[in-house]
Amino acid sequence: MTTAINIRPVPADVPKLPLLEISNLAVGYRGSDGFQRVVHEVCLLVRPGEVVALVGESGSGKTTTAQAVIGLLAENGRVEAGAVRLNGTDIAGWSQRQLDTIRGSRISLIPQDPTSSLNPVKTIGAQVAEVLQIHRQGSRAEIDARVIELLTRVGLSQPELRAKQYPHELSGGMRQRVLIAIAIALRPALIIADEPTSALDVTVQKRILDLIDELRREYGTAVLLVTHDLGVAADRANHIVVLKGGRIQEQGPTAEVLAFPRSEYTRKLLADAPSLGKARAVPRIRSPLISGSDDAIAVESLVQDFSIGGNREVFRAVDGVSFTVKRGTTHAIVGESGSGKTTTARSIVGFQKPTSGRILVDGIDVTILRGENLRQFRKTIQLVYQNPFASLDPRQTIFQIVEEPLLNFDPLPREDRAKKVHAILERVGLPQSVLARKPRALSGGQRQRVAIARALVLDPQVLVLDEAVSALDVTVQAQILALLDELQQALGLTYLFISHDLAVVRQISDTVSVLHNGRQVDSGPVEDVFLRPGSSYTRELISAIPGQRGIGQH
Amino acid sequence: MSRYVIGRIGQAALVLWAAFTVSFILLQALPGDAILIKFLNPELGLGPEQIADIRASYAADSPLWMQYLHTVANFLTGRFGYSIHAGVPVGDLILANLPPTLWLATLGFLLSVVVAVILAALSALSPFSWLRSFIQSIPSLFISTPVFWLGILLIQVFSFQLKLIPVINPGPWQALILPVLTLAVPISAPLAQILMRNIDQVLTEPFVAVARAKGASHRWVLWKHVAKNAVLPTLTIAGILFGELLAGAVVTEAVFGLNGLGGLTQRSVNDQDIAVLQAIVVFSAAAFVLINLTVDLLYPVFDPRLRARQGALA
Amino acid sequence: MTGLNTIGRSLLRDDADILKSPSPPSRRIVSGAAWLKVVKGLQPGLVLAWFVMAIVVLWALFPQWFTSYSATVGVARQQLRAPNAEHWLGTDALGRDLLARIIYGAGNSLSGAFVAVGVGLVVGTTLGIVAGSARGRIDGAIMRGVDVLLSIPQLLLSLSIVILLGFGILNAAIAVGVTSIASFARLARSEVVRVRASDYVEAAFGSGGTFGRVLLRHILPNSLTSVIAFAALQLGWAILTISTLGFLGYGAPPPTPEWGLLIAEGRNYIARAWWLTTVPGIVVILVVLSANRISQSFGKVTA
Repeated sequence: MTTAINIRPVPADVPKLPLLEISNLAVGYRGSDGFQRVVHEVCLLVRPGEVVALVGESGSGKTTTAQAVIGLLAENGRVEAGAVRLNGTDIAGWSQRQLDTIRGSRISLIPQDPTSSLNPVKTIGAQVAEVLQIHRQGSRAEIDARVIELLTRVGLSQPELRAKQYPHELSGGMRQRVLIAIAIALRPALIIADEPTSALDVTVQKRILDLIDELRREYGTAVLLVTHDLGVAADRANHIVVLKGGRIQEQGPTAEVLAFPRSEYTRKLLADAPSLGKARAVPRIRSPLISGSDDAIAVESLVQDFSIGGNREVFRAVDGVSFTVKRGTTHAIVGESGSGKTTTARSIVGFQKPTSGRILVDGIDVTILRGENLRQFRKTIQLVYQNPFASLDPRQTIFQIVEEPLLNFDPLPREDRAKKVHAILERVGLPQSVLARKPRALSGGQRQRVAIARALVLDPQVLVLDEAVSALDVTVQAQILALLDELQQALGLTYLFISHDLAVVRQISDTVSVLHNGRQVDSGPVEDVFLRPGSSYTRELISAIPGQRGIGQH
Repeated sequence: MSRYVIGRIGQAALVLWAAFTVSFILLQALPGDAILIKFLNPELGLGPEQIADIRASYAADSPLWMQYLHTVANFLTGRFGYSIHAGVPVGDLILANLPPTLWLATLGFLLSVVVAVILAALSALSPFSWLRSFIQSIPSLFISTPVFWLGILLIQVFSFQLKLIPVINPGPWQALILPVLTLAVPISAPLAQILMRNIDQVLTEPFVAVARAKGASHRWVLWKHVAKNAVLPTLTIAGILFGELLAGAVVTEAVFGLNGLGGLTQRSVNDQDIAVLQAIVVFSAAAFVLINLTVDLLYPVFDPRLRARQGALA
Repeated sequence: MTGLNTIGRSLLRDDADILKSPSPPSRRIVSGAAWLKVVKGLQPGLVLAWFVMAIVVLWALFPQWFTSYSATVGVARQQLRAPNAEHWLGTDALGRDLLARIIYGAGNSLSGAFVAVGVGLVVGTTLGIVAGSARGRIDGAIMRGVDVLLSIPQLLLSLSIVILLGFGILNAAIAVGVTSIASFARLARSEVVRVRASDYVEAAFGSGGTFGRVLLRHILPNSLTSVIAFAALQLGWAILTISTLGFLGYGAPPPTPEWGLLIAEGRNYIARAWWLTTVPGIVVILVVLSANRISQSFGKVTA
């Protein structure tokens, strides 16, 4: 090797010497308010061949810690104290030039978002070859052969073709495989996997994580796995490090942390994680008030086509979906991206006219509503969006947001309106002090509460929740789910719950439809579907839920 | 040829035709009558009958729609009418004035590209953030500078103070140095700004972090990843830059007293010489449309993402 | 400027959010210290820009406050004096005080720029909003028209309009305004289309809002922010372009003090009186820079 690598080789006779040792690491960012520390006194060890998971919610400092290890902190970030020892050499103070010699060869990275992590104007082959060129690994022909070998190794079909293609021609899962090929190309001792699967569908996530596991075993590479998903950590890691607010809450062998969590925060995380929660075997108890027999929603052979490419081709997004939802219950529509679940929801709310089929909401046929009738129908059914950052007008105050639906219908006097807004805000658990604020001054969970308040202020019968908790941290997600449950009990609401997360669905719904490529492949009471799935696709979905291995261990 | 290409050419032709029509209507609506301005001059001693004859020879008395069709047909067959002021065919006038402007514009454009690239490269490579902010503020200074004032200032400094370039009878190259410099400054500014903004934006893309994680140095990343992604979008302002270049040429030629399209434009406005001005407007609109068409058709060659999208449309 | 190049910042997403959010701890303390922070947070460049603009606006409104000299009548035997204690910026060939001419010229140049931006803002934004909210054929027709406007280089278009309307400062301003209609229309349309596609607009329809209400309550307020910022940017551009027309002789007729014309008149004396061209040019640059800096503070505009 021609590159100067200043790391002493590991003496073969000292087994289990740590590969990576982080001690008392402190990292801060220079912001408009001066210097702010976001990682405090982090200590951890990664031994050769081991998987260590850094688990935490947003703002926990997990990504910053990982970036500090590989020397890729944002420009305004700085390691303030502590050491990052790779095979005993402290690399925390190394210059970028020094780090360039070990990045890619000794430490590599699997990034979070495969869609934007590949250069859109370079071929796949060129981007895999680049890591070999940078570290001068052989002649052109040797590199080309090695690229094909690597692409084959990560399970891409037709590797010669893939090498010539551009990133946009590959699916998300395929792109993540390419990024893994780049990461393993030089057989580094340590791979930093920064949320490697959080942008992927659950079945793809499982396959990608399996691949990383397999390669790790084959090459003896250690993995520092950054994840928000305790289930993923439970399945894949030997060792778990729980972070909160930039500080380590606890760390230890995976089985130990899961079985005997020592910190309060870990216990809360474990209880809130739907995939690891323990209280699910108990069937939900419904209040007698809502045991009526009539259906709140009835969908009959719904078909939705979209024209693409100049009206010639037709894409069938939803293909013959039928289900009914009893008043006061929760029905879930589950599926991966492109399954047609959101399209179904939007047809039910009346945002688009289906190509064929019937939709009855509260006995009204939505598909024939127009103009003023459609507007009046809005009082019956309301939609809560996935992203509470996008679904609230940034210029309005919280009061204006929640008040607006009332202005659209009831000619209520001002005081009554205000009273109603106050009451609904209390109902969703928000303090009155938020009324005068703008959405940006609120946290994600608070914003989603505002969105729910806006949906409920018209006293609708049905609430459609389109991935309404997917963007939230797991502890916040648990709070919102609890709130939804409470509201359902109290107000007799019917929920249509759109989600990709089977664990959450199992926790909160009564009945479920599983969609795959626009078709309904399974439906029925939730426990029936989970315990006796009727299709191989549903079985695959269920087995892909992370966290099952961790549970199985004890 | 794919349907996309044909459609795009059709669209360009439509815009060009509409631009022609707009300029025709605009200029026909003129209150002044250029023919009268020129020929009523008592020194010429023309009688009313003679003037009527002249008007007929310019087809000035037929109804507007006839004039319109007449002009369209003439333009399509390469006859752009006669300059009322100079009495020579407009085509000849433009051809005679084109070469000096073409020289000026080409050199000015090349220099502006060089300046913009140097500024963008300096900003991307500067090791200190204060230096980078300083370099990044230079284009906004350029953009705020009146072109004509800059030209005068350069004459003042280089010809009168430093006496480097003679005011009277400079050599052909000496005569071009200051005008080219004057023209390049305002053109380089938007180019440099777009380049800098794109570079900064591309540097925040995750694929850059991935490249750094491969062990690529900052320079390697700039050359192999950022350069192409940052340069590509500048193609989209090529048409606008052409307009700026033309406007810059008009002003620069006025300041330095050069002959060329700019001077011709200025004279035709002063004399209300409609035929000349209309031909210049239509010519420049045609050039603008052609440039944008070329960029649109060439873009997919450089950007694989568009290649796929057009394939789907074809 | 926040556009620091940040390698790997995107990987930071979640952790960076803490830093990007408007720092809740400091919000709770509303005290003298907080005010001190606000004052410290002011960018000196922006303060300077507002200062320059304020002075120029005052020049335009109350020129007599700033100079006792006349802008049009010269003093005999005071021709072509270099800057001195009596005439801070010197005098021109007719013995007129240059400072007075610049101060009185502010009114012409500024009002011209405001007229130009007003024309572009009102006509262009209206067209853009109509196109963006009507969509379909109306949208297509308006935007094709905008394409045509854009295809004629701005200077040629304004020259065509100037000879149509006749020379003069108001006509030059209108001509300059017309050439900016297309950019305003494009920006306004794209903003309306962007806001229309947002979840909160759909939610407003979903909670029973009528089209008119949603347009007034959500679409317009959220689209117009960038349009306003763009208008501020256009103000600087309009000052420049109007002075260019003035320089070419299509704006205000002499002896009106107008900045472009001042530079044109000074050109005849460059060998003997450098101040006659140099100083007005610097004033134009300062004003245009200030307008651009202020527009930048309104928000990032990409149009």
